[in-house]
Amino acid sequence: MPPQYTLWISARKDTGTRWFLGGLALLVVGTAVLNLAVPASSAIHVSTYALTLVGKYLCYALLALSVDLIWGYCGILSLGQAAFFALGGYAMGMYLMREIGDRGVYGNPLLPDFMVFLNYKSLPWFWHGFNHFLFAMLMMVLVPASLAFAFGWFAFRSRVTGVYLSIITQALTYALMLAFFRNDMGFGGNNGFTDFKDILGFDLHSDRVHVVLLVMTGIVLAASYLMCRMIVASRAGRVLRAIRDAESRTRFLGYRVESYKLWVFVVSAILAGIAGALYVPQIGIINPSEFSPINSIETVIWVAVGGRGTLYGAVAGALLVNYAKTYFTSTIPEAWYYALGALFVLVTLFLPRGIIGLLRGRTREARTERLRVKTNVAEPSKE
Amino acid sequence: MSVSGKALHIEKLTVSFDGFKALNELTLDVNPGELRCIIGPNGAGKTTMMDVITGKTRPDSGVARFGPDLDLLAMSEPEIAQAGIGRKFQKPTVFEQLTVFENLELALAGNKSFWKTLFARLTPAQHNRIYQVLEIIGLEEQHQAQASILSHGQKQWLEIGMLLMQEPELLLVDEPVAGMTPQEIERTAALLQSLAGEHSVVVVEHDMDFVRSIAKRVTVLHEGHVLAEGNMDQVQNDPRVIEVYLGA
Repeated sequence: MPPQYTLWISARKDTGTRWFLGGLALLVVGTAVLNLAVPASSAIHVSTYALTLVGKYLCYALLALSVDLIWGYCGILSLGQAAFFALGGYAMGMYLMREIGDRGVYGNPLLPDFMVFLNYKSLPWFWHGFNHFLFAMLMMVLVPASLAFAFGWFAFRSRVTGVYLSIITQALTYALMLAFFRNDMGFGGNNGFTDFKDILGFDLHSDRVHVVLLVMTGIVLAASYLMCRMIVASRAGRVLRAIRDAESRTRFLGYRVESYKLWVFVVSAILAGIAGALYVPQIGIINPSEFSPINSIETVIWVAVGGRGTLYGAVAGALLVNYAKTYFTSTIPEAWYYALGALFVLVTLFLPRGIIGLLRGRTREARTERLRVKTNVAEPSKE
Repeated sequence: MSVSGKALHIEKLTVSFDGFKALNELTLDVNPGELRCIIGPNGAGKTTMMDVITGKTRPDSGVARFGPDLDLLAMSEPEIAQAGIGRKFQKPTVFEQLTVFENLELALAGNKSFWKTLFARLTPAQHNRIYQVLEIIGLEEQHQAQASILSHGQKQWLEIGMLLMQEPELLLVDEPVAGMTPQEIERTAALLQSLAGEHSVVVVEHDMDFVRSIAKRVTVLHEGHVLAEGNMDQVQNDPRVIEVYLGA
């Protein structure tokens, strides 16, 4: 009887996932309770402004998760991930604009304010359907997914990899930014969408709605995390890591590398789109600057700082760096980008596995050392 | 894994890199179940030939067929691998960040599409197969170890194990004994010989003693084409071979 080997060792003893889910629940519930149940006069009250900030960080965390899935596990360094985030955000924004109805400044029941201002006579065809929330939800997923599919289809089939792929993803998001800046695109030009009134009939200026949005974001982040965990713990996840480390070798084992990359890229784009869709109602504005190349690069930095290839590291990195950004830009704003750049250099040089790697380093090293000793003792000598 | 297997047929293959002809009208046939050794000085085109057979390099002209109807030149690397051609590289190439067990698991024959592997679970039969291979390659103790910490020889064995997991009809083995101890070389020779018959095996090797110990039929490549073919003694006594390769 052969011994039973455990293959899913990391999934079974996954303390990281427990810590992650526990911490996330604590953050979300704690913020909500301290906002709703504690009087504003109390020292531990969390203001709605601060609560919205937490919601924003969690959207960024979901974006970081989507980057880690493709970069940390499959080696696809996308410097255009913010494009999918922004597209999801625009889909949500279009719904929220239609939801305003005749309460806009110009009181037009069909056309959003910016269209009246720009002398639109009728609603552009691609705005139809966005008055239905379910349709808008579908688009938040379908639009980023379709773009990722089309882009990935060509890029991965042509075997564009490494820095070249990073550059064309960067070009993709830059091109979209320029396109969305144009007034005649029908997306509000450089002003984008703002002045939202309500979502599904609930007032977006109410504290309770913000609490609900925060809780929703927390739930979506947890669910997305578990889905990513399932993917990376499956055999497909091991194929992804094989592709990351030795792409052509994986082909010679009979795996269609392009198709693996394509699917994981599409999944990642969907997660980024959902993150953008959750971001817009909490922040109250979406404009073309969300497509800006620097946003995608910052996201990669969050993942690197947290520790790539761990999933929770990406989330931790997004929360920490964005907290630091909020703190620094309110105290010494001119120093922020220098601090961010320095952080990236330091992490790359001294913490290649990020903060999570630092925390896990000791136990991992000890385990590898044990195995190394074992390997040396047992040379393959038997027949 | 059929005993009959498919024959490999290569005809007038030409590959040139910047004017240099790595393969020059190479013609070669390997019968089902045969164990063939290919020798030749550096630059003779041995590795390029394997690259063409496995779909990595496209030739300028020529024919490469596997069995009566598979045109290898029209297939991608994964298609060729799925059709039953497995390859062991010159430099051992295993997935360093995965464990020994996981390396073997990924090599397992079967459906390799994304959606299948996403929900794949090892069946008891597959589990036993991995165990058998772990035993053959002598790495049971290290099955949970990251492949990166294995010694050079152990990586060679792991890669041979991965080849076995693929259950290919044709094995292309590039320098299997480089960096191995004499005992390991002996075991490798025994293993390759046991595989022939059920599989076709093509071995590229520099180690003459090793080639002599396993080969029935040897092909000598030189400057991209076949210089001589026959058993080891015939080849070694061929004056052209002595001149370009063995004579020195």
